[in-house]
Amino acid sequence: MSAVSLAEPVPLHRGGTVLMRPTIIPGFRLTLGITVTYLSVIVLLPLAALAVKAAGLGFGGLWTALATERVLSAFKVSFGLSLVGAAVNAVAGLLVAWVLVRYRFPGKRIIDAFVDLPFALPTAVAGIALTALYAPNGWVGALLKDWFGMKVAFTPLGIAIALTFIGLPFVVRTVEPVLQDLPPEEEEAAACLGASRWQTFRHVILPALMPALLTGFALAFARGVGEYGSVIFIAGNMPGVTEIAPLLIVIKLEQYDFAGAAAVGMLMLLVSFAMLLVLNLLQAWMRRRHAR
Amino acid sequence: MLSIRFRPLLVAAGVALAALGARAATTSEPILNVSYDPTREFYTEFNQLFAKKWQTETGEKLTVKQSHGGSGKQARSVIDGLAADVVTLALAYDVDAIADAGLIGKDWIKRLPENSAPYTSTIVFLVRKGNPKQIKDWDDLIKPGVQVITPNPKTSGGARWNYLAAWAYAREKNGGDEGKAKEFVQKLFKNVPVLDSGARGSTVTFTQRELGDVLLAWENEAYLSLQEFGADKFEIVTPSLSVLAEPSVAVVDSVVDRKGTRKVAEAYLQFLYTREGQELAAKHYYRPRHPELAGAQYANRFANVRLVTVDQAFGGWREAQKQHFSDGGVFDQISGAR
Amino acid sequence: MPGEAHASRSTLVEPLWLRAALIVAALAFLGLFLLLPLTVVFVEALKRGVGAYWNALQEPDALSAIKLTLMTAGIAVPLNLLFGVCASWCIAKFDFHGKHLLITLIDLPFSVSPVISGMVYVLLFGLNGLLGPWLREHDVQIIFALPGLVLATIFVTFPFVARELIPLMQEQGTEEEEAAIVLGASGWQTFWRVTLPNIKWGLLYGVLLCNARAMGEFGAVSVVSGHIRGETNTMPLHVEILYNEYNFVAAFAVASVLALLALVTLAAKTVLEWRFGHELAATRRGG
Repeated sequence: MSAVSLAEPVPLHRGGTVLMRPTIIPGFRLTLGITVTYLSVIVLLPLAALAVKAAGLGFGGLWTALATERVLSAFKVSFGLSLVGAAVNAVAGLLVAWVLVRYRFPGKRIIDAFVDLPFALPTAVAGIALTALYAPNGWVGALLKDWFGMKVAFTPLGIAIALTFIGLPFVVRTVEPVLQDLPPEEEEAAACLGASRWQTFRHVILPALMPALLTGFALAFARGVGEYGSVIFIAGNMPGVTEIAPLLIVIKLEQYDFAGAAAVGMLMLLVSFAMLLVLNLLQAWMRRRHAR
Repeated sequence: MLSIRFRPLLVAAGVALAALGARAATTSEPILNVSYDPTREFYTEFNQLFAKKWQTETGEKLTVKQSHGGSGKQARSVIDGLAADVVTLALAYDVDAIADAGLIGKDWIKRLPENSAPYTSTIVFLVRKGNPKQIKDWDDLIKPGVQVITPNPKTSGGARWNYLAAWAYAREKNGGDEGKAKEFVQKLFKNVPVLDSGARGSTVTFTQRELGDVLLAWENEAYLSLQEFGADKFEIVTPSLSVLAEPSVAVVDSVVDRKGTRKVAEAYLQFLYTREGQELAAKHYYRPRHPELAGAQYANRFANVRLVTVDQAFGGWREAQKQHFSDGGVFDQISGAR
Repeated sequence: MPGEAHASRSTLVEPLWLRAALIVAALAFLGLFLLLPLTVVFVEALKRGVGAYWNALQEPDALSAIKLTLMTAGIAVPLNLLFGVCASWCIAKFDFHGKHLLITLIDLPFSVSPVISGMVYVLLFGLNGLLGPWLREHDVQIIFALPGLVLATIFVTFPFVARELIPLMQEQGTEEEEAAIVLGASGWQTFWRVTLPNIKWGLLYGVLLCNARAMGEFGAVSVVSGHIRGETNTMPLHVEILYNEYNFVAAFAVASVLALLALVTLAAKTVLEWRFGHELAATRRGG
């Protein structure tokens, strides 16, 4: 049978000049065609419409639409607080990943599964739940108000909490597998050489985890910048103080200011692109360092 | 082989999507009323009343669908193609904006009596029980330490009425000095900790999130809050001067002509001016245009306030919108200067 | 020698008190940020008793929101499934120029703010958009109707299935498929009999995540919905509306259905990871 096949070579699919390596597996043109068409219709074409709309303003128009105090502070709020949320997650996520990988305690697997809740819970639900918790008359909000006179909901702190919530799984999920695969020999060697546990962590474990930690941080950050549903309920939406960039887009749309909305959207998109690039570079770096 | 099996599937999916789109647009029976925030309760009841009347008169069953949101935002949706048969918005300018987009005839305001505003309202203050900050009039709102809750004038119709009422008050008090009025309104907005996008959002912020000392609210929204949360929690304070808010209604010509629903849409709006409509408006704390129709039980419901109109005080909505709420207008200047 | 080994062992594991403290700290963090928000949803929903909760879900607008959500996900998820299989087939089984660009573009919707995902369709299909006037002429309503909701949902859930399948199929290589083809199987037979059994759990995993996001999406659909009660409000949008109508019990009741859905998703996902972990992509095997 196989001899017959070898004697009569199966036609190779070259798929025009695009294919780099000939193969006998069929369906290249069809699947690539569907993929590219679908991608273009759903994602690329609409995004191009956005670019066209923003470009319609011209360079000067774009500048005047973007260089206002309100736009700048909305970007500051979105980026600054996403950074805060991602930073909290970097520390807490490392802690959670460490505890879940290294220690044994009852209910561990359930808790591990539970970490993904922010991925699965709709953002609007997270938004009203967090608001109900942290409003001055909520469970946590009332305590914080009575004990420290602190306000959380409707302040930047509230936004940071919402962004911490939605970014929570990223760091845990990127650090966990790396921590699991860390060869114990290095730690043993460090210990044998007389390093304390803290020194081992600081000089052996942490550097090995760093790429994963950074990736998780960047993912949480990127998610936070674009987040809308969970933030608007808890934010208070005060221009210049608690107004996030995505909300500003919605407000501009509501004011018939399509071009302005497109301009802000375009800027956010460019920033997303840049972050995506950084992320890919990070991941490539990670793969090189930890070629398994 | 692969391609032959795949293609019909794709085509089917495409056709299904297109068919859904086409069907949604040609369903002619139900009509859609696109309205602003605080009218939810009123139109819920009004729609049932009208549907009943329509059925007895024509024998046809009618569903009236509702959409609510900040007035400016709702107008935007209609301009973008939300197929509203009628719009019942917070102010004339938002209907003008739809008319400017060519969807409603430019003369819409003259088509129905009373500037196409079958009921009116005004702006009052809602304070917490006992009025702990002693808020009696507009001057008390700019005192340091008083937190004022109002929605965003850029997206909310009610907020624009709030803003203009404050402006009218300050200008009159300062002998017509526009500069002083601007200063006053600027101070007022410095006391605003949260700007929601619609009137309802602000009410939730004030009543539920317990933020702020005073809510600038539609009169009907303020009364509704008393009704929802009990008079033991809030009080209504009526200022010495306020603005006559005329929420506008109009048939969206391009939609009803396409759907063939002009007759029912016009009947719907005219029903607002009848005894039933006026009575229901009064019941929901809108000031009826014809109190005599609404009945004696509502005769003493509304406090006597000196009311200025936008036409008198600001030369009409287009002028007010351009000067105060357009991009780079006075509101942008004072909120940017915070 | 044993003494030395013992010494090095004690420096390899943290002291008991530290371990306990770290565990408590991690659990406290997760409790505060995950468990408490989830609990508050159910507590608020049941505040006025089971009767009020049940009534809130029986309300016609709530029912139509549930129906609309199911319908939207029911169209968006299969389309993304089809796309995901095609994309991963051509990316994993072939080497071609521009492959990395294609992978990056497929990932793109993840890094676009949901609000922008909705806005692009308004700019395209709105009455003032590029295609708006033409659509109006032909009496086709895209935004403020089901097709718009579906499109926005497809956009935000675009990468889920492809992203799950691409690494999985790359890992599995092409030998089995090549063998099948050499033995005379058609492409279609090869896919059904060889590839699909290998990827079925990964596929299910991707669909699960895709579906959860599709049913829960808020920002993107909010921009294209038009918020017509009983017609274009999906469940998350209905939650917002009820919340703005002071109807907190009903808002949290509908929210609790979505929260239950999230829990079911998590449970199903965990079961998949535990039982069929070896048949999922390497990125999923870690936990």
